[in-house]
Amino acid sequence: MRLYLKYASIIFRSQMQYKASFIMSLIGQFLTAFTVYLGVYFMFTRFPSVNDFTYTEVLLCFSLMLASFSLAECFVRGFDTFPSIISNGEFDRIMVRPRNEIFQVLATRIEFSRLGRFLQAGFMLAYAIPKSGVAWTPDRILTLIIMIIGGFFVFSGLFIIYASICFFTLEGLEFMNIFTDGAREFGKYPFSIYGDGVLKFLTYVIPLALFQYYPFLYLTGKSDRILYMFLPLIAILFLVPCLLFWRFGLRHYKSTGS
Amino acid sequence: MIELKDICKTFRVSKRNAGLKEAFKSFFRREYTCIQALDNVSFTINEGEMVGYIGPNGAGKSSTIKIMSGILTPDSGRCIINGRTPWKDRIAHVKEIGVVFGQRSQLWWDVPVIDSFELIKDIYRIDGSTYNKNLNELTELLDIGEIIRTPARQLSLGQRMRCEIAASLLHSPRILFLDEPTIGLDAVSKTAVRQFIKTINKERKTTVILTTHDMQDIEALTERIILIGKGKILLDGILDQLKKRNSTHKKLSVDYLGDGSSLSVLPDGMHLLDNLDGHAKIAVDTSILPVSNAIACLSKNMEITDISITGSTVEEMVVTLYEEFQI
Amino acid sequence: MKKYLSLFRIRFIHGLQYRAAAWAGVSTQFAWGSMTILMFWAFYQNSGNRFPMTFHQLSTYIWLQQAFLSLFMSWYFDNDIFESIIRGHVAYELCRPVDIYTMWFLKNMSVRLSRAVLRCMPILIAAVFLPKPFSVSPPADLTGALMFFVSISLGFLLMVAFSMLIYITAFTTISPLGIRILAVSTLEFFTGAIIPLPFFPEGLQKIMAILPFAYMQSTPFLIYIGSIMGPDILIGVLLQMIWLLMLILTGRTLMKKALKKVVIQGG
Repeated sequence: MRLYLKYASIIFRSQMQYKASFIMSLIGQFLTAFTVYLGVYFMFTRFPSVNDFTYTEVLLCFSLMLASFSLAECFVRGFDTFPSIISNGEFDRIMVRPRNEIFQVLATRIEFSRLGRFLQAGFMLAYAIPKSGVAWTPDRILTLIIMIIGGFFVFSGLFIIYASICFFTLEGLEFMNIFTDGAREFGKYPFSIYGDGVLKFLTYVIPLALFQYYPFLYLTGKSDRILYMFLPLIAILFLVPCLLFWRFGLRHYKSTGS
Repeated sequence: MIELKDICKTFRVSKRNAGLKEAFKSFFRREYTCIQALDNVSFTINEGEMVGYIGPNGAGKSSTIKIMSGILTPDSGRCIINGRTPWKDRIAHVKEIGVVFGQRSQLWWDVPVIDSFELIKDIYRIDGSTYNKNLNELTELLDIGEIIRTPARQLSLGQRMRCEIAASLLHSPRILFLDEPTIGLDAVSKTAVRQFIKTINKERKTTVILTTHDMQDIEALTERIILIGKGKILLDGILDQLKKRNSTHKKLSVDYLGDGSSLSVLPDGMHLLDNLDGHAKIAVDTSILPVSNAIACLSKNMEITDISITGSTVEEMVVTLYEEFQI
Repeated sequence: MKKYLSLFRIRFIHGLQYRAAAWAGVSTQFAWGSMTILMFWAFYQNSGNRFPMTFHQLSTYIWLQQAFLSLFMSWYFDNDIFESIIRGHVAYELCRPVDIYTMWFLKNMSVRLSRAVLRCMPILIAAVFLPKPFSVSPPADLTGALMFFVSISLGFLLMVAFSMLIYITAFTTISPLGIRILAVSTLEFFTGAIIPLPFFPEGLQKIMAILPFAYMQSTPFLIYIGSIMGPDILIGVLLQMIWLLMLILTGRTLMKKALKKVVIQGG
């Protein structure tokens, strides 16, 4: 942990060397998220609700998704930008250092400007929490926190899969975007609106709905199954196959080089 | 101690052809070719030795270095370094090696060099007193005391390379791999880097393995060279002996006046390679005929305006070797 | 002219080589399109009477958008061009007997076009075979089809002309990144890439009509699905031409000014 903080401090100081560009990226991240919000807003000026979810409820769902995604993008950035780590030889350097590879990949890239999205998430959360009509009991507050944590780990797992594929292709596989960027974009609405097929897929294959739809039902009082509240924690188990796949990829990399 | 025995490695590479039609075709189907990057590579390097590992581009130099540093797993063969197999015991192995990739930096670009050093200290878990001792020693030897408080991006290439080398030695590795450490450096920096490598090897007994295209590096640093071409070890020997062996082959370049008809008859030990417009190239085997005799023989029969002897530097020796092995 | 053609050809062929990326792109965009349509479907089922078009038209619009994504992608910028401006390499390019504006314009066109060529057909073909309201429909009539081709070409050129302006701002600003980010967000939203323009509130649609963004992807797609009909097609295409002319002229003038400065300052 001490070493991680040391990395973080060096990265932060490096990024602060280019303050203008850092602030621009921060604003950019915010703006991109903001235009998506505007899209939602315009839809709801035309339509009153979607599958019984109101505008403020959707905002709440959207902000939770955005918060966990932006945290993952900031702190798990190394896996997200793994194609460049492989192609510029940085990974070879990582391999000749006496530390765990995953730790080093995590620590060498932290993208603080990605917190611009988090800012947007924060604004929406601040607006939606009082307006959504949710009665904020302690268990609901806890649900909210568990949702963000669960989302962070599921997104991290997806980034790890994305990076592991790079061991074979040396380029990022664009299709993975549908699960990362796509989940962020489409996850602004509770996943049930996309129909049963999509919901089942996101429950049993890629567990995005486990930290979004089900606990969200509990949060908004549409369901009182206490199990739903803890589903995001089960979703964290998704990391296990992701890490196994990473190890498989690493073995392949070691046998082919770049 | 480094021991490689029958290391083999093949890579699969996809073919890509030019042209619009081919581009469309390969969109659906890809063809692959296998390349034997390393073919039964074996050698042993003792503790404290300094070895030049040379060969043309694509000969297999960097694959060997990658295997020895634990990045790459070979298809077959054995590699034991300090009693460990690098790719099986990566973390323990890399604690004892230092690697300098001449073309890639391990320093953080935008922060003072000393911050990168501090980070390396924590990565390698170097204890405080060892770190301070090494840092003082290295900054003095490499003369970087003045520049380690400057961000790496503001340093010249030569200054940066000195810092790179220092960074690779902070954890007192027993083996140092240098991959083209003098590439792109100016003459002064090159000399400084060479001098330093020599000192480290002598005083710390660090084993040094050096790949380079600059034969002056080899000449200045190593006693032993290993030549690799097309994945095979072609030659492994003491530089001086090689020099001696090759010094029996010299080449004379002669400019002369007249028609040069006398060149058609040459004594034993001389051999005409090329003759055009008053300019001739002659090979001389000095074990049969000393160079001075050869020159005397030429000047007796024709008027020479200019003459030069080549074949004596390491650079030329290596070119001769490359030609000899056809790599 | 020949040199520009061969430059275009080289870039175009180069772009075609990224086959793995293209297949990945096709499947990604197909999935993306499906999800977008499902999202609208949910709104449609709740209150379909508030839809500004039929659902089949909406599906067609989304599939066209995915198929021709590469032509209108707002986030694509050629980093080489930014680099050459920031580092002053552009001074060397001045030595060559080519017009830089044209060259960069073609370079951008060829990259976008080569990607679109590889990707549009598989997406459209797959989308044809989907069940009815989710599939892509054929164009309303022959004139519609013809005008769609004219309009999408103009829209494409307009998009490139706009991105040229962003490159040119790099001559004068210290942080082109900022302008770029702002441009991407604006483009994404106002061209209708996030939600189609007919879904915007009425008042905002009126404002959009006098800005260039609506004439990039929205106009051709709306012509295709028959939302723009009759004389409105001609008006739309005419406005596309006017905007294209204006953007190219502005770009060329600004470029000339910027280059003059580069020459005087010595890069």
